[in-house]
Amino acid sequence: MSDDLLSLEGVHTHIGRYHILQGVDLVVPRGGVTVLLGRNGAGKTTTMRTIMGLWQASRGQIRFDGRPIEALPTPEIANAGIAYVPENMGIFAGLTVKENMVLAARGGRFDQARLDWILTLFPALKRFWALPAGHLSGGQKQMLAIARAVIEPRRLLLIDEPSKGLAPAIVGALTQAFSELIADGETTILLVEQNLHMAQSLGRSVAVMDEGRIVHAGAMADLAADRDLQGRLLGLSLEPTP
Amino acid sequence: MSVANNAGADQAAALPGPGARERLGRAAPYLAVPLLAAVALVAILAQGSSLPTWVTLTVAGLAMGVMLFIMASGLTLVFGLMDVLNFGHGAFITVGAYVGVTVLLWLGPAFAADNVWLNLLAIVPAIAAAMAVAGLGGWFFERSVVAPVYGAHLKQILVTMGALIVTEQLLLAIWGPERIPINRPEALSGAFLVGDAAIERYRVYATVLGLAIFGGMVYVLRRTRVGLLVRAGVENGEMVQAMGYRVRVLFAGVFIVGSALAALGGVMWALYDEVITVHIGQNLMIMVFIVVIIGGLGSVEGCLVGALLVGLMTNYTGFLTPTLSLGSTILLMVVVLMWRPQGLIAVNKGH
Amino acid sequence: MIRWLLSGDVPRQPVLVVVLAAILIGLAFTPFLFPGTRTVDTAARICVFIVLVASYDLLLGYTGIVSFAHTMFFGLGAYGVAIASRNLGAGWDSILIGTAAGTFCAVVLALLIGLFSLRVRAIFFAMVTLAVASAFLILVSQLFAITGGEDGLNYRVPRMLTPAFNLGEFLGQRIDGRMIGYYLVFAVALALFLLLLRIVNSPFGRVLQAIRENDFRAEAIGYRTVFYRTAATCLSAGFAALAGALLAVWLRYTGPDTFLSLDIMIDILLMVVIGGMGTMYGAAIGATLFILAETYLRGVMGWAAEATGAIPVVTDLVHPDRWLLWLGLLFILSVYFFPSGIVGRLRLWRHGR
Repeated sequence: MSDDLLSLEGVHTHIGRYHILQGVDLVVPRGGVTVLLGRNGAGKTTTMRTIMGLWQASRGQIRFDGRPIEALPTPEIANAGIAYVPENMGIFAGLTVKENMVLAARGGRFDQARLDWILTLFPALKRFWALPAGHLSGGQKQMLAIARAVIEPRRLLLIDEPSKGLAPAIVGALTQAFSELIADGETTILLVEQNLHMAQSLGRSVAVMDEGRIVHAGAMADLAADRDLQGRLLGLSLEPTP
Repeated sequence: MSVANNAGADQAAALPGPGARERLGRAAPYLAVPLLAAVALVAILAQGSSLPTWVTLTVAGLAMGVMLFIMASGLTLVFGLMDVLNFGHGAFITVGAYVGVTVLLWLGPAFAADNVWLNLLAIVPAIAAAMAVAGLGGWFFERSVVAPVYGAHLKQILVTMGALIVTEQLLLAIWGPERIPINRPEALSGAFLVGDAAIERYRVYATVLGLAIFGGMVYVLRRTRVGLLVRAGVENGEMVQAMGYRVRVLFAGVFIVGSALAALGGVMWALYDEVITVHIGQNLMIMVFIVVIIGGLGSVEGCLVGALLVGLMTNYTGFLTPTLSLGSTILLMVVVLMWRPQGLIAVNKGH
Repeated sequence: MIRWLLSGDVPRQPVLVVVLAAILIGLAFTPFLFPGTRTVDTAARICVFIVLVASYDLLLGYTGIVSFAHTMFFGLGAYGVAIASRNLGAGWDSILIGTAAGTFCAVVLALLIGLFSLRVRAIFFAMVTLAVASAFLILVSQLFAITGGEDGLNYRVPRMLTPAFNLGEFLGQRIDGRMIGYYLVFAVALALFLLLLRIVNSPFGRVLQAIRENDFRAEAIGYRTVFYRTAATCLSAGFAALAGALLAVWLRYTGPDTFLSLDIMIDILLMVVIGGMGTMYGAAIGATLFILAETYLRGVMGWAAEATGAIPVVTDLVHPDRWLLWLGLLFILSVYFFPSGIVGRLRLWRHGR
């Protein structure tokens, strides 16, 4: 289907002797935010890493904009237009904020307008531009990780639990930042999130994972409205929208 | 409209930066070098010898130290960046020494002449040849020996050791088992006299060259894009790949440069010792390992500090208590590891 | 009965059984099957090295630890016997005292190294053992008064082990001190090897293998990996020292080149990898193969070198002194293609591969 930006069909991933992904079928429609929910250990991070090529899928197909990417090496996948913000943020602590951003700007130079826009979204980065990234607070590191991912326009952002360990105020700021990022309609986000409120406010589509498989996929609005389904899938409920 | 104001507000007061304590912590390793020199001075004077002796030993130690640094820097970067432990690194030292000496002997007249410029006419090609051969060997080595065993430390140690043996045997087959002497030309021999102290000329030149190379490496690492990639890769190679860079190519490049540097160290050492055997790489590897462990795997600055400490220690104890020379260097390593288990200047691994 | 002797660790492969039986019978009857000073000496070396390499396999193959200090422990056992015999005179008591002292020192040293280094990364441990072993070698070479320095120590052994002691003839061979000495070496080596088999097949041995596979997991299940690793290091060191004592008694000579050099450490590595890591039997096969090659292959290579005398490079490559080149290549190929060595390869064949 041509309005699917990313699709996974029957993807299996083995790590050593462990069979983590057991036939994942997932589609990420173009535009907006697709949220990937699930308990710890369900395989969400493994899915992200498999898409990114950090782990090789042992079976199945992954298509990005129609193009099969399951056998490509990670750098090529990144250059095809996918950016990855891992769970541990992956920022280079010994490098300055500026150096982190310079690395992310593949051409070697910044698109100044875009950089300004990002720095407006995350002013802390501007303030600590010359400081080693290791000195930033957790929330600021997360912002740097996201800023790095979007300094060059990418079609798909894979973001893994950005709100983990962050204060509610910062989570709110991140949520707004994401909204702005996808506002232009050119960027799609696949978001793994445990924070259900954030997930609900951002997500248009949702997929739920359990034991290495997708057990539910559909519109976020439908899931939000169905308390029983929430209980069954997640064991707890989404907060009612105020 | 700024959306992250709340987040930044609490930080508005002060820039988070290194406190005094952290700054001292970062400077401490560098201070260890003059500290060691000072302790040695006291020991030497107490033993009845004079200041000039200390001066000579210190210069010798520094020269040895920078040569060890040149040989070890490649190993530490390769390990920091690629998590590859190359037990065969010594092979490049030996190959460099042999190729360099062979070229020098071919260019005999220019090398033996009493004119510095003629000498350089021989030395520069010798170094270039040694580094080229080692670089080529490094490329071949990385592709065929190392690449298949990425991530398997045990196998890495084994195959690289095996490669060391094979290389030594090949050198023996080509050059034979006899030691090959090489005499330093006049321009590089002799000593400067500073007061009562005789300071060997070659050692001074070697030290200057070594520090220049260190400076060059630091420049490349801190001010160029390639250096940025290497530094980022040492911290988190996966993330660099996820940002679209072909880290494998970077690895190969660093490996080749590291091997070439080892060869340079080999040539310098050959001129220092004035004789070479097929075992010099193997023998020096022990010192190189100690340097790399003390300095911290992956840190070029740490490598220099470690190398200077080892060089100085070896020379001081070689004079004061010769039997315990290698033992004291090991003791130094133990003391450093007790203080900082990751080495003097640790690289924080993001993953 | 045999299963009990082998502690349940049977070869499991017909070719392997044949090869091992051949080695056993060959070694048991060398003085009668292959008489001659040189052959008996080679056989004695094989016995000693089987134990030495097997003790290294305990560490490398079963626990997954790379160490370069094994020759140091080998040397400690040997020098124990040498120094005791030298200073206390020839006799069984000096041998026993020397062996005990050497083994004790080896175990204590292993304990120290283990406790210090096993908390650091494996790579550090390997480098540290290399440094310590080198320092030990230099120390021994320099403590001339005690150790005889570079020249080593010559000493006498109990009369019963010398050629002068003669008990008559049997099957056409003289029963003299040398033969008795050989059977002493053979018997002790066999006993030590069987003891090692028992250790690796015990619950302790299984824990070691679990740690080798995944030390994080083993720790999580509740095994204190530091304790097990240190114990393995100490056991390995102890057996190496015993092997050293054996060889010291056989040779009546102990010196740094024969016991402590890095070349011997490399030889051990080659033997254990080519034979097969983590199998014990691999040590037996690897040691036999290697020492036979060292002694006899060189003769073959010498012949080949003469035959190719006219071709410049080739003749240098097959020169008998270059036998290590070929074994080194075999070693590298083994690590890539036969990670479980000859034994592993043979066992895989059984499954129809």
